[in-house]
Amino acid sequence: MSKIVLEHIDKFYGDNHVLRDINLTIEDGDFMTLLGPSGCGKTTTLRVISGLEKAQHGTMTMDDRTIIDADKAFFEAPSKRGLNLVFQSYALWPHMTVFENVAFGLKIKKMKKEEIEETVMKALKTMRIEEYRGRYPNELSGGQQQRVAIARAIASSPRLLLLDEPLSNLDARLRIDMRAELKRLHRETGTTIIYVTHDQVEALTMSTKIALFKEGEISQIATPLELYTNPIDLQAADFIGNPRINFIEAKGRFDGEDLHVVSAFGEFVFTKDRLKLDEEIPQGKEFDCVLGLRPEMVDIYTEDPHHKNTVEATVYANQPAGSETLVTLTVGGTEFLAIQTGLVEYDMNQKVFVVLHPGRMNVYNKKTGRLIKFAKTKHKAGVDD
Amino acid sequence: MAKKGWSRPPMTKERLRNQFRSLIGNPFNVIVFITLLLLFTLIIIPLLAMVQNTFVVAKSELRNIPGAKIGDYTLWYWKYLLASPLTKTILWVPLRNSLIIGAFVTVVSVPLGALMAWLMVRTDIPGKKLLSALILIPYMIPSWCKALSWMTIFRNPKMGGNGVLTSLGIPVPDWLSSGFIPIIIVMTMHYYAFSYIMASGALRSINSELEEMGEIQGATKAQILKSITLPLILPSILSATIMTISKSIGTYGVAARLGGNNPDGTPFYVLATRMKDFINNSPKGVGYAMSLLMILLAAGTIIVNQKLIGTRKSYATIGGKGTRSNLIPLRGAKYPMLIIISVFLVIAMVMPVFFLVMESFQIVPGAGYGPDNLTLYAWIGELQSAPNPAFNQNGLFKNSEFARALGNTVKLSLIASLITAVFGQFFGYITTRGRGKWYGNMVEQLIFIPYLMPGVAFSAIYFSMFSQPRLGGLIPSLYGTFTLILLVSIVKHFPFASRSGSSNMMQISVELEEAASINGAGFWRRIRSIVIPLAKNGFLSGFLLSFISIAKELDLIAILMTPKNYTLSFLAFDYSKEAMPQVADAICIVIIVFILVTNRIADKFGGNVSKSM
Repeated sequence: MSKIVLEHIDKFYGDNHVLRDINLTIEDGDFMTLLGPSGCGKTTTLRVISGLEKAQHGTMTMDDRTIIDADKAFFEAPSKRGLNLVFQSYALWPHMTVFENVAFGLKIKKMKKEEIEETVMKALKTMRIEEYRGRYPNELSGGQQQRVAIARAIASSPRLLLLDEPLSNLDARLRIDMRAELKRLHRETGTTIIYVTHDQVEALTMSTKIALFKEGEISQIATPLELYTNPIDLQAADFIGNPRINFIEAKGRFDGEDLHVVSAFGEFVFTKDRLKLDEEIPQGKEFDCVLGLRPEMVDIYTEDPHHKNTVEATVYANQPAGSETLVTLTVGGTEFLAIQTGLVEYDMNQKVFVVLHPGRMNVYNKKTGRLIKFAKTKHKAGVDD
Repeated sequence: MAKKGWSRPPMTKERLRNQFRSLIGNPFNVIVFITLLLLFTLIIIPLLAMVQNTFVVAKSELRNIPGAKIGDYTLWYWKYLLASPLTKTILWVPLRNSLIIGAFVTVVSVPLGALMAWLMVRTDIPGKKLLSALILIPYMIPSWCKALSWMTIFRNPKMGGNGVLTSLGIPVPDWLSSGFIPIIIVMTMHYYAFSYIMASGALRSINSELEEMGEIQGATKAQILKSITLPLILPSILSATIMTISKSIGTYGVAARLGGNNPDGTPFYVLATRMKDFINNSPKGVGYAMSLLMILLAAGTIIVNQKLIGTRKSYATIGGKGTRSNLIPLRGAKYPMLIIISVFLVIAMVMPVFFLVMESFQIVPGAGYGPDNLTLYAWIGELQSAPNPAFNQNGLFKNSEFARALGNTVKLSLIASLITAVFGQFFGYITTRGRGKWYGNMVEQLIFIPYLMPGVAFSAIYFSMFSQPRLGGLIPSLYGTFTLILLVSIVKHFPFASRSGSSNMMQISVELEEAASINGAGFWRRIRSIVIPLAKNGFLSGFLLSFISIAKELDLIAILMTPKNYTLSFLAFDYSKEAMPQVADAICIVIIVFILVTNRIADKFGGNVSKSM
């Protein structure tokens, strides 16, 4: 059982404040992904957790055992934290065979020889690389090295497994294979995993929870679905999702009960229960806001579907890409992107009908950049709106 | 959410205890501490001690300074050096000589080295493989060996005998036999290597795409060379220039051997030789003051270089990607260029070795190579059967002095290079792991200090520090001991060893160690299981290169020598002053063979003479 709690972690490199008041709770069995662009502090957070870096401020506990208490200058040694780490570079020892690499930590624990043999082979089998036990790292492909690195990390049966951008050195196809592999590993071992990546697809596909980092701070902690549907601010919304979310300039007015939003798409009214009332929403006067519209939430019809939220649009460009088609549309000078499954052909400047789903839109206060209206996470097309 | 800057939490007892524990509990910290202490003791304190010695009355000056007691504070030494009737002869003239030599050596050797580098790296000059194997051999021959060889050819009776030319009836003018010209030529044949090594390194790092881009823009070969290639390697040429000046000003052996006399009969001095005379004779304090001036001069030029190059160096390494580089066809110039390099190799490598070998077989030096003048005496002769009454020593292999010097050399080189190499790896470890941290920078800077000092000045420091008991007799006077020579050899080679160590450690990614430490390996376990196995080859090549360097060292130990500690280099140097150059020549040959063989071995482990600079 391992529940990890980080509280008020601050980390400085000289005057450079790289981690700002990080608070993070990782429940037992979580697959927690630290997601963010490079240089946002996610790897540093991982290294603080592992003990390779020392925070200047804050505490960390694992199952109520104090691991870090920076004010008392207490830092448990990395090897006594019951965790293991897979490095981005794999950091396999080039002078040791696969077997020796995996056995190293066990040897230090003074395990018996037969026991080491058994444990190592179990780890190699889990990663399906038992036939490479006698090879040296430079005799293996990138994907195989990756598996060795993971095998080495799981051999000591850590309660917490840390993974630092483990897939970034692999090619696209291997990456998809390894994603499946890691997900399976998480299920099978039940180990708590902290996973660092800048790749949102990895984060969304594998995690049980995602902590989104921005400039040394955590801006949002949520499940993948929640993060995707309701990014907490404009930057987060912009970062999550590929192709990118559409931002539509709009004017909002909140009368204390309903939020009226007027944009190129006409007026939408949102009731109070969908609003995030703890955020700044000016009352009784018009303010600038931004509509967040995911490309896959735009339905395109060539004939008028007679839906209440239908808007007439013009096709600006059409990009069929096999499994999906990206369509750039304009409505009264506002450009936005829609995505449709399968191959669809449109002519340039063709008139089409677009059905929007306001319930699935996000509304942001332009001034603060913060989310003020939730999108529904569960939806059935055509039913709710 | 952002908080203001970090403020230190209150100093509680518990915090203090934990901090202390992690400080002491980590062997790395302890090692850093010991290293700093060691460097401070071995470099800073001796330097300060020498500075102090220039201001304190020594016993030998009691009669010169009326009323003074030993240990009194005095400006006498500095006044003697800088503001006395003797100042012109003891300071300005040697300084002028040193500067003239430095300037001419630089003007000749830097373009020479750069040209050869360009030919070897960027052109299609024929026979490249062979040439590149040979081109640094002249540099491996100790410079004082080349000086001895010069004498075998150009000696005239004024320099104590005949050389090859005078024996053929060709009179050798004094200016060709000793003084500026021979010193400049011999040093040029040595220090060309700096600009060769640096320029070829820079040329290799230039992506040929940069030049090809110029070609696409319509530039001619000459234009490309002038406006693209040259500016790109300019920083390294500038570095080489400064290095050459600094080194040639500080060289002792060549100037001591070839200095000879001025036309008026007084000895020809450069700073280094003048200083050594003061230190080995008297007043020593003046010698120390002179060596401080030499250090300032040498360190000054190098520091200027660092400041000058520092910001510009960055582009010297641009474009490591393109290892493929298209060679520039020399066309008609192919063979003339080949001839230039060949002539250089003949003059700087073949001739010195040839004439050293030949003279070692002569009965009377400079009496021709007729069968009646040939003997193996210098190698295996015994005194009672000496063919030449001037011989006062047994031949090399029958000579107990040679045996002892060989023993000393092997002992010194082996112990010193082993210790240097081990320390070098540790220093390298500390500087790479502590890069950007205060202790890393501090170790790096401390280690750099011996590099700034000419060898002969550096040994002056040790001489002044250890020629008297220190710490109230806890450290006895070390003058005349093997320990002192060992110590000075070790510390002087720290900069090189630490550079080889840090380039070695740089290849061992920190993550490899972090991975081990997460798996529970402590500091020593990481060193043993991860660092040492991976550092082995680099260590070995670093060790062998220090070994060569220490084995051939002369300048560094000349001041500290006493007969029972003679090394091969010093023995040869000493013999060459007597009427028996043949044995000196034979020793030179032994040393050269030894160096070439060791270098070959070092090569196998990835060592390279260019790293030893």
